[in-house]
Amino acid sequence: MAYVAIADRDTHLHDPQTFVTKYIWSQDHKVIAIQYSLIAIGVGLVALVLSGMMRLQLGFPDTFSFITPNNYLQFITMHGMIMVIYLLTALFLGGFGNYLIPLMVGARDMVFPYMNMLSVWVYLLAVLVLLASYFVPGGPTGAGWTLYPPQAILPGTAGASWGIILMLVSLAIFIVAFTMGGLNYVCTVLQARCRGMTLMRMPLSIWGIFMATILGLLAFPALLVSAIMMILDSLIGTSFFMPAIVSMGEQLAYEGGSPILFQHLFWFFGHPEVYIVALPAFGIVSDLLSVHARKNIFGYRMMVWAILAIGGLSFVVWAHHMYVSGMNPYFGFFFATTTLIIAVPTAIKVYNWVLTLWHGDIHLRVPMLFAIGFIFTFIHGGLTGLFLGNVTVDLPLSDTYFVVGHFHMVMGVSPILVVFGAIYHWFPKITGKMYNETLGKWHFWLTFLGTYSIYLPMHYLGILGVPRRYFALGETEFIPDSAHIANESITISALIVAVVQILFIINMVWSTWRGQKADPNPWGATTLEWQTPDTPPKHGNWGPKLPEVYRWAYDFSVPGAARDFIPQNEPLDPKIAPGRDHGVHA
Amino acid sequence: MTSTAPAAVAPDGLSGVTADWSADKQAFPVPWGKAMMWIFLLSDTFIFTCFLTSYMNVRMSTTEVWPNASQVFALHIGGADVPMVLIAIMTFILITSSGTMALAVNYGYRRDRARTTSLMLITAAFGAVFVGMQAFEWTKLIVDEGIRPWGNPLGAAQFGSSFFMITGFHGLHVSAGVIYLVVVAMRVWNGFYDRKGTYETVEITGLYWHFVDLVWVFIFAFFYLW
Repeated sequence: MAYVAIADRDTHLHDPQTFVTKYIWSQDHKVIAIQYSLIAIGVGLVALVLSGMMRLQLGFPDTFSFITPNNYLQFITMHGMIMVIYLLTALFLGGFGNYLIPLMVGARDMVFPYMNMLSVWVYLLAVLVLLASYFVPGGPTGAGWTLYPPQAILPGTAGASWGIILMLVSLAIFIVAFTMGGLNYVCTVLQARCRGMTLMRMPLSIWGIFMATILGLLAFPALLVSAIMMILDSLIGTSFFMPAIVSMGEQLAYEGGSPILFQHLFWFFGHPEVYIVALPAFGIVSDLLSVHARKNIFGYRMMVWAILAIGGLSFVVWAHHMYVSGMNPYFGFFFATTTLIIAVPTAIKVYNWVLTLWHGDIHLRVPMLFAIGFIFTFIHGGLTGLFLGNVTVDLPLSDTYFVVGHFHMVMGVSPILVVFGAIYHWFPKITGKMYNETLGKWHFWLTFLGTYSIYLPMHYLGILGVPRRYFALGETEFIPDSAHIANESITISALIVAVVQILFIINMVWSTWRGQKADPNPWGATTLEWQTPDTPPKHGNWGPKLPEVYRWAYDFSVPGAARDFIPQNEPLDPKIAPGRDHGVHA
Repeated sequence: MTSTAPAAVAPDGLSGVTADWSADKQAFPVPWGKAMMWIFLLSDTFIFTCFLTSYMNVRMSTTEVWPNASQVFALHIGGADVPMVLIAIMTFILITSSGTMALAVNYGYRRDRARTTSLMLITAAFGAVFVGMQAFEWTKLIVDEGIRPWGNPLGAAQFGSSFFMITGFHGLHVSAGVIYLVVVAMRVWNGFYDRKGTYETVEITGLYWHFVDLVWVFIFAFFYLW
């Protein structure tokens, strides 16, 4: 087949003239990325405040009269849903995906910029619908972020009339927004790379975001379908998820539905969702470690295959969330096996990160601190995942604080540390200014140590058998006093960590206004986004000519080279033995 | 698009596939819009798969008897109940519309504006007739047989729920497709694609339309034949 090179297609980029087309109805992927990120961080702060309220209640029960049991369940639900979907998914794919994909693969923009613009505004609509549930009768739903029926739509659960409907509608709108963006990300990676940028020369950040987007496009349909079916159950009285049921002493009209069907649909979405959040973090952290350790990533090919393998396997492990649901026990055997298999490619990635650091020239700058912090939290969260993946160990630990500790460590703290690291890392490119290093280090250490003092004790609570999602523990015989002390200590740590995030916001805002002008490539990175003619990159990214790529993204410390890095767009020099270029096949 | 110098000899077999995919070119040698439509349809496939799987699941979970499809979907013609007659006509019409769509794509690539436009409008008309007959079928089920999404006199409530939800969702796809076809047909007629220099949008519209037809085949099999 004839080799047809891509991309300097003379696509008609729109030409922004006014303030409105430049910064509001913008079709520029960089502006859209910032819009996505600001909305996501804004709604994430709401979720952070909610978690603070939950911790106040748990640490000091019977103290705060404004927190009722119903409020508490609403906090849990909104905190979980916002953090997983509206913050992490939107920030990694809509934020980092939008900013990094065209710049890192050497394109001028996404393949369909107009649709990309629609995506962010529809996302904003989804967020507004979600937040609107605070202003309707009954408030937001208190069903827990898993929204299990029948309780999600029956009276007795907070928000069973309005809240749940708004939640489901908001999710459906979010899925529409995500699909418009996601199709763009996938197509841009597949079709619009610059000359020389083979798939096996792409930075791992792009691999992670690319695979996560594919997972999103295939997993969100299950959530959409279950949302439609639950809306029908709630509004017009169908019985998809509702068995014959007696509620508050009354036989309801529902009959013959299957609550477990919802759980299957939800987790068919929900488990890939874990990797939608984790894979971009894996990719980005690989790049941070490599750049700041001045060393090529260890086992690039294996890292790519591991991302693909994890993506594939993530679709066949979902029922490990359902060991106690009452499904056929034989399923447990299958899903425990696949769950343990997925640990293999994940462990390969962890080893490769550690081996990338081995004998590296490690610069402990803020992004690197966050990247190394991620390795710690991810290993801890991953190991407790092995406990919960085994049926017999999961049964006693299910629905305890052990689970809460596990998933916050592995898919809460770990990706968030990468988000912070990535923001610090790309901040000089995005704004053209340098952040304050000292404030950044304070932010890291307080956050990192703080999260450990929050989540490690939760594992202990879980092993004691303290159940999750309880408003108050009361006088319970099997829960010793130490558990209450632990709860107080967790609450205090959580409040400190929450307040510490102000350091981050101050640093970002102040540095954007008043920070020192940054070098175009302050870290000495090889990837294309650092080689743009302007910093921050202008509309169209590359000036008159697209870049051309000659090597992989990890030519650090090549013997004989003048500098300790060689950018991807620098032609091969016959005098210097090239680094291991994994893009060459022939 | 520009082309590079001929590449070195490409490797054979499985490594050839890898080399081909990971080369510095478009992964799929098709226009961007077409690649995007294929990926969207893959995502949409998952939606319909989830719907149909859920339908099979509730059909098993319900304790009531499932209504007999050949009775429910029969029409009373000439003093006898003829099973499946309406649905056979609907299916025939939708499949025929795929044929006219394929012809439209063909004439599009020949830049035959008049024929492309008229064939696309015929396709849209077939689609509209399909939706119309679906409306007739829904009316008959709701008014004459008393079938509602939340219950029916013939047995399991899930029969009506799944039927109205899934055929309704598919009907929305067909209706959207009709609008899509008409818009693209108008653009073919006013010479938009001549000015753009390519008729690929006609083919992309066709991909969507064929997909909607294909999904119908599965809905037909699972609802009417099972």
